[in-house]
Amino acid sequence: MKTPIYFDYSATTPVDPRVAKTMCDCLTLEGTFGNPASRSHQYGWDAEKLVDEARKNVAALINADPKEIVFTSGATESDNLAIKGVAHFYHKKGKHIITCKTEHKAVLDTCRHLEREGYEVTYLDPEPNGLIDLKKLEAAMRDDTILVSIMHVNNEIGVIQDIEAIGELTRSRKILFHVDAAQSAGKVLIDLKKYKVDLMSFSAHKIYGPKGSGALYVRRKPRVRLEAQMHGGGHERGMRSGTLAVHQIVGIGEAFRIAKEEMATENEGIRILRDRLLNGLKDIEEVYINGDMDQRIPHNLNISFNFVEGESLMMALKDLAVSSGSACTSASLEPSYVLRALGRSDELAHSSIRFTLGRFSTEQEIDFAIAQISKNIDKLRELSPLWEMYKDGIDLSSIEWAAH
Amino acid sequence: MAYSNKVIEHYENPRNVGSMDKDDLNVGTGMVGAPACGDVMRLQIKVNEDGVIEDAKFKTYGCGSAIASSSLLTEWVKGKTLDEASEIKNSEIAAELELPPVKIHCSVLAEDAIKAAIDDFKNKSQGQKKSA
Repeated sequence: MKTPIYFDYSATTPVDPRVAKTMCDCLTLEGTFGNPASRSHQYGWDAEKLVDEARKNVAALINADPKEIVFTSGATESDNLAIKGVAHFYHKKGKHIITCKTEHKAVLDTCRHLEREGYEVTYLDPEPNGLIDLKKLEAAMRDDTILVSIMHVNNEIGVIQDIEAIGELTRSRKILFHVDAAQSAGKVLIDLKKYKVDLMSFSAHKIYGPKGSGALYVRRKPRVRLEAQMHGGGHERGMRSGTLAVHQIVGIGEAFRIAKEEMATENEGIRILRDRLLNGLKDIEEVYINGDMDQRIPHNLNISFNFVEGESLMMALKDLAVSSGSACTSASLEPSYVLRALGRSDELAHSSIRFTLGRFSTEQEIDFAIAQISKNIDKLRELSPLWEMYKDGIDLSSIEWAAH
Repeated sequence: MAYSNKVIEHYENPRNVGSMDKDDLNVGTGMVGAPACGDVMRLQIKVNEDGVIEDAKFKTYGCGSAIASSSLLTEWVKGKTLDEASEIKNSEIAAELELPPVKIHCSVLAEDAIKAAIDDFKNKSQGQKKSA
């Protein structure tokens, strides 16, 4: 078993060897290195054919038309293009946007930017389980609302929003609906013939494709218009200029093709492993699962170990590559904004660890992780004055702490 | 973030972990920080009749650097007089543990903890004199 064991599949995934092979075949003189925009020779035609195939594979996973796929450099770019593109194109119709406080920074910071340009943004609070109350969303919609941007699966807690229901609300009011699906493609069924989603962002490196590759779905019927953010040769139907990165595009295409074929079996296996992990940890005293357990992808377990600080726990778990909901490693010392938005106390937010499993996770790795965690929680609680006070029956909220 | 070897060493083998009776008149207790900020340090010192710290114990909720700072501090204060111990500067702790800038607050907290423990001890012994 290779340590540290990788439990951070939501941060990124290794490229599947099958994906790597197709990518390598598009780089050198012997491979398909041509520019797909070259219309005058075989090199260009061959490259164009590979791009077309990749576009079909991406579209097939989400039940969309290949013409609705715009290749980008990743989900961050897709989010930027969708949100700024819609805002700038439809600003005469209105300048109000609705999103949620637990969105990825690529959405939140783009919205902040638009606020500086004079747009108005409503940031919805999720319910304590991480899900959005549709009634609250509906209540936030106004005559001048042009866009709702809600993620499909949350990156920290793995909860799945009901995008099908949200699409019904937005479409009936002629509001456009953007979904950041970076964490859901290949994990949750996506059917864009059925869901009334207008724009959807994807990333390759979250589903065993390469970093620096993504896609934006832009609906054709009813047609969605965008103002381009990148200008140039008019590639991707004018929505995203720049020579197509063929190796990156075949990478995302192959990753999506494999996902479509294997996701049903793969996700079932991952669910068994995640439940094994959960069963091994749930009997430890004072542990709290963050986020809804039913409306959740099987890959994610976000858990708070009360009275143990997350960063010290991660230091103890040096043989496990996990991430902490707590952003203590940054200078800000702020606990996870996602967990805070759920109404979790600062203490529990500081004590959270995110485990994300994936294609290459094994039962042996899970058992090793459970043993490591149990041992180190005991050790750190021995060190924790808060644990001692808790055990002595002292109510920690009754103490006046000196904030620093 | 990479930790210095000294931080890792103290974190893996923390010195003087434990508790003393906080009602003991020879014991001074300093608890600083807040759970909401991700650090709580509790430092306790036992002072003999000559005003020398003969024992020190700590418990810390916080990152590895906070645990290492308090562990190091307990080693340093043992055998020191109260005046000597109150002169320990956070910069000395930070330098010894090679703390990066984002972790300087851990050493500040340790300095605050020893000062709080000394104050607690002095308050208690003054109260004792008054009531005597």
